[in-house]
Formats: sequence, structure tokens, C-alpha cells
Amino acid sequence: MTLDQIAVGEEARITKVGGEGELRCRLLDMGLIPKTIVKVRKVAPMGDPIEIHLRGYELTIRKEDAGKIEVSQL
Amino acid sequence: MRYALVGNQNCGKTTLFNQLTGSNQHVGNFPGVTVDSKIGDIRGEKGNSVVDLPGIYSIRPYTDEELVTRRFILKERPEGIINIVDATNIERNLYLTLQLLEMHIPVVLALNMMDEVRNNGGTIDIGKMEELLGIPVVAVSAAKNEGIDDLLHAIREVSEHRIYPKVMDFCEKGAVHRCIHAVSHQVEDHAERIGISPRFAATKIVEGDRDIIESLRLSENELDLMEHSIVEMERDSEMDRNAALADMRYDFIEKVCGQAVIKCQESIEHIRSVRIDSVLTNKYLAIPSFLLIMLLVFWMTFGVLGTFLSDLLSLGIDALSAVTEQALADYGINPVVKSLVIDGVFTGVGSVLSFLPIIVVLFFFLSILEDSGYMARIAFVMDRPLRKIGLSGKSFVSMLIGFGCSVPAVMSTRTLSSERDKKMTIMLIPFISCSAKIPIYALFTAAFFKEHQALVMMGLYVLGILTGILCAVALKKTMFHGKPMPFVMELPNYRLPSVKSVLLLMWDKARDFVQRAFTVIFIATLIIWFLQTFDGRLNVVTDSGNSLLAMIGKFVAPVFGPLGFGDWRAATALISGFSAKEAVVSTLGVLTGTSMSSLGDTLGTIFSPLAAVSYLVFTLLYTPCVAAVATIRREMGSVWKTAVIVCMQCGVAWIVSFMAYQAGSLLGM
Repeated sequence: MTLDQIAVGEEARITKVGGEGELRCRLLDMGLIPKTIVKVRKVAPMGDPIEIHLRGYELTIRKEDAGKIEVSQL
Repeated sequence: MRYALVGNQNCGKTTLFNQLTGSNQHVGNFPGVTVDSKIGDIRGEKGNSVVDLPGIYSIRPYTDEELVTRRFILKERPEGIINIVDATNIERNLYLTLQLLEMHIPVVLALNMMDEVRNNGGTIDIGKMEELLGIPVVAVSAAKNEGIDDLLHAIREVSEHRIYPKVMDFCEKGAVHRCIHAVSHQVEDHAERIGISPRFAATKIVEGDRDIIESLRLSENELDLMEHSIVEMERDSEMDRNAALADMRYDFIEKVCGQAVIKCQESIEHIRSVRIDSVLTNKYLAIPSFLLIMLLVFWMTFGVLGTFLSDLLSLGIDALSAVTEQALADYGINPVVKSLVIDGVFTGVGSVLSFLPIIVVLFFFLSILEDSGYMARIAFVMDRPLRKIGLSGKSFVSMLIGFGCSVPAVMSTRTLSSERDKKMTIMLIPFISCSAKIPIYALFTAAFFKEHQALVMMGLYVLGILTGILCAVALKKTMFHGKPMPFVMELPNYRLPSVKSVLLLMWDKARDFVQRAFTVIFIATLIIWFLQTFDGRLNVVTDSGNSLLAMIGKFVAPVFGPLGFGDWRAATALISGFSAKEAVVSTLGVLTGTSMSSLGDTLGTIFSPLAAVSYLVFTLLYTPCVAAVATIRREMGSVWKTAVIVCMQCGVAWIVSFMAYQAGSLLGM
């Protein structure tokens, strides 16, 4: 399953980071790498993007991009 | 000595820079970059300066900010790097540190917000950290001005004695380790030739960094060999090259943190942030509270504080102008010179300068919104609708400011992280009707549409926005078809902005604006004065209808024939509107020889109601005023691109007015 399918308040472990080019590098640089545990905190009022918590900080990414991150639910 | 200040966004970098330098700052221009970086002399240390490089998360060659930072470090070779790190968010912050360590330049790590870590029951073992990273580590609190002397001492020490970071492996023995060593060995000669560290070159080659690979001038054969090692690594580690390197760095960081950091429980600051966010990014409350906050900012800026100060300033300028006029008259100076000083300099520069308080007040609020962390939330909330026109949430704030004044709106695009988004936002701001156009709307709607004044005004605002959206879609498909920057943005904890940073920013913007008022805008107002005062034989005109400006007006008037207002006075007013939009009204008054109170009736003889609509549409959309154009030129960094914007605006204005007028005529209005 992918990160955009995780419900608000749930945690998941990243298994694979897809996407390409700049977006992918950006995700990796921000610490979204395999084995990292991510918690989905919130969905923006208009339904996109989402707010996630990882490595002690908050990050926002678009659902479309979250769909490229494969995770296993905890 | 020259030091570089490098760190993530939101880690207190600017605050530390302000503490290090005070107000001895100026904008630095380094060749080949469009992003400004600031330089400042360190307080009390003559000859030692710090360069505040843009906040970045990595040294990849993607964004302009990253390019600026790495080019500065590689080409300008500062004597030392101060790497500021947010101690409350240390894992992700150290990711950049590991990349800096490879660049073979003395580095000192400044652990900012250590007080926050301690207050929440955490600790960081500084000695252990120094040992594991191989560089000096200093705990500081930029906001409280603590630890700054220790930091300066440490950076002086390493740069004077050229103590480079210990070359070490971030990787355990394994596939990645083998690959980096192999590539590093192969690239050694090339790297030394262009003066970068082999280790840095190797990691960049593995990451596929074209910028570095090209500058190394590797042979086909060498590249093949390296590619072979990299492919081997990808196979053995079961990860692609970029993931493998990121994984290696974060693995190392986790090891360092495991030994040197005792994490605190959830910090007070974080709990507070979550609580604030439960209102400000709440599903139902987010947009109302956003509107409320913006309304408050606008009301304070354009309604209360800014206007009050503006009025005060214009009173002062008027008084000064009256005194000067009297003095010049008493002296019996040539009336043309007197007109130059009073009508040219004082009126022109004065009218522009009266914007100054509004700009300063607006930036006061904006910097509070930015530094507190709320701007990132606005981007989070508003991203979705703006994505449709090819922008991201962050552009929204700049556009909103455009309703007040295009000048600060364009200036505020500085905060946008992507150059593409910034340029596109700047091109769209002039479509948003600024407050200086209100007098024009008020005059015309009162004269022609007494019954539906508010409705017509509303219609104009909406038309401006709709035209802007259409242009955005067109721009997205043509000039800016490139991909927008990925929206991967940190939502930092809410923090109280530092008074010093806010004040310095206000001072900075004020200085910037005044500088412009006395250069570009000064010249432009002089030109307009000249055109208004003289006729074709350079005699001073007595009847304003004979001036050069009127001649130009008469010359271009036929262009506006198809729009329904081919009258030369209408055209001349539009030209003078270039100096400031309010001037459209006063010029119409002067040229028709009527007082302001009866101007409305006189307009009825020049315009039909439909032509009035067409004229309003044209003033809504045509070129921004000279102050805005000067600001656009500064932010775009190109005269040519600015000219394109001005022409585009005029073109769009003509087309839309034409459509409005012709459609109205067909409907028999």
C-alpha cells in the first residue's frame, strides 16, 4: 500500500520510495527513506496536501507524491 | 577571513546572522546567481565577514538556493563554514552537515536552540558529537544571543589553523563503501586539478550530479569504469544510487544520535504548535481564520497604521514643498526651474515616497507571519486551488498583498523558494487590482453607474482575477511549461519572531524602496514632468493641451478608437497614469479644465457609458505604475523580461477592453 492510503493518526513504515528526478531526491533528502516510520497527522482542509510526522518533525507533501511512497502499515 | 553560514530553513539562520553582524549587512552579488545572499561584517572584528547563504536541506543542484550555496563554497572558497543546526530536529539537520564535511573546508557546528532541548529534558553530549563528527561543536541560542562568542572563537580557531574535517567513512564496510572508495580513487587526479575534494567528487558522481561531472572533464573510459562500480553497488545493496546514499547518511546520523543524543519527551513547543494548528489548519476553521488574519493585516496596513503614517508623511512633504516653493519664489528663480523642483521632484518623488509607510507596516506583519511559521501553514491550506493554475500555496500571500499595492506584493515573492514560481507570481500580480486604482473606479462609477456602483467595482475586481487566471493557464502552457517545484515543505513549530529580525527586515525593505524612489522613479517622474511642461518647440506651455504629453496622447489616441475612447484626453490620462494610477483622475481634471467636483459631469461629454466601462477595464489591466515596474525589474533581474510584462499587460488590456466594447455595441448598449 502507499502512504496516501494511510488514515489520519495511523503510523506506517516506508518500504520503497518511488517517483523520479527532483521530487524523489527531495523526498530522500528530507529523510523519507526505507525503514523510516511515518505518521499521518492531518489532511489539508481542501483535501490535499497531507501533513506527516517523521524523524521528530512535520512535513507536508501532496497526495499524488505520497502515492509514490510504498509503506507497510504498523 | 570570510565565513559561510549554512543551514536548513527554519533553523534560526537569519537570527544567528543578525546576532553575528548587527546591521552591518549588505546584499552580495556573486557571479551567475539570481538569488541574493547577504554579507555582513562580524561585530567587533574588522575584516572578518559572514555570508548568509540561503536555507537548504541538501547540496544537490536542483534549486537556485542549493546552486548558490554550493557554488559559493566551491568557487569562492570561504575560510570556514558555520553550519547552524536546529538541535530540536537534529536528525534531518545533520543530513546537510554530512555533505558539508565532504567539501574539505573547516566547519564548525552551531547547535541552535539547545536551551529548548534542555528545557524539555533532553541532552546532547557535545564532546561525543565532536568525536563522532570530527569537527568542533558549539551550543548556541541565536534568539537569546548565547554562545555566540564561543562560536566565533571556534570558527576562528579552525579557519586560522586550517583544521579540516577529519576524512571518514559514513558507511559500514559493504557495497556503498566499496563503490565510493573505488570512484574516489579513480577521480582523485581530476578532483585535485579543479580544487575539490575527491571524496566530495565521488559522492556527487554516484548521485549523478551533472554540474560536477562536467567540470571534472572525465574521459568516456573513466566514466564507464565508474558507472560499472555504481551499477555493482546498486545490485549488491538492492537500492538505486540515490536511495543508497541517502540511506548511508541517515544510517550514520542515527548512529551518531544514538550515542550522543538523549531525546526529550514531546517538547512544549511542539505540543503548543499542535494546539495552534488544531485551529489554524482545522478542516472548518482554517479558511475563516486565514481570512480573519489577512483582513486584520490589511485593515491595519491600508486602513489604520499605514494610511495614518502615509498621510503624515505626505503632509510633511507638502509642507516642505510649500516652504521650498515660497523660498524659490522669493528668490525670484526662473519659473521653469521652480516648476521642475515643485511639480517634478516634490510631486513625483513625494507621491511615491508616501507609499513608504504602507510598505514598512506591511512587511512588519508579513515578517511576523513568515517567522512565526504561519506562512508555511497558508501554503499548506491554499496549495490545492493554486495548483490548478500551475503554482503552489506559497504564491497566494503575494497575490493577496497585490490588492493593496503591487510594489510590496512583488517584493514579497522573495519568500518563494522556486524561481519559476516567483517569476510566474510576479507576472500575475499586476492583474490584481491595487488600491491606487480605486479613485479611478470611484470617479467613473459615480459618474456613469450611480445605481450600481458597488456592483461595477466588484465586477472589475472579479474580471481582474479571471483574466489573471486565464493568463496563468496560458503562461503555464507556454513560458512556464517546466514542472513546478515539488511541494515537499517543512511545517516548523510556531515560534515567536525575534524583534531584531523583524526590525532589520523592515529597515531593509524601507532602504530598498527609498533607493529606488530616488533613482528609477525619480528619473521617470522627471520625464513625465518634462513632457507635461514643454511643447514641441520646448516652450513652456500655458495650455496643457499643447504639451508634449498631450501631443503623444493625440498621437496614440486612435489606438483606443476601437475601444470606444479615442479622445486624446483619455489617452493622455492613461499615459500619466504610468507615474501613479491616481494621476489618471487628476490628469483628466487638468485636461478638461474642470474641478474635481464637476469632473464627473464633464466625463459624460467624453465617454459614453459603454466607453466608460471599456476605459475602466483598460485601467484595470494595463501596465503597472512606474514604482511597480521598477520593483518588477529588480526582482526579475532583467529589463527585457520587465518590458515583456509591461507589453503583455497592455496587450491583454487592449484585447479585453476591445471585447467588452464590441460585445456591448453588438448588444446595442
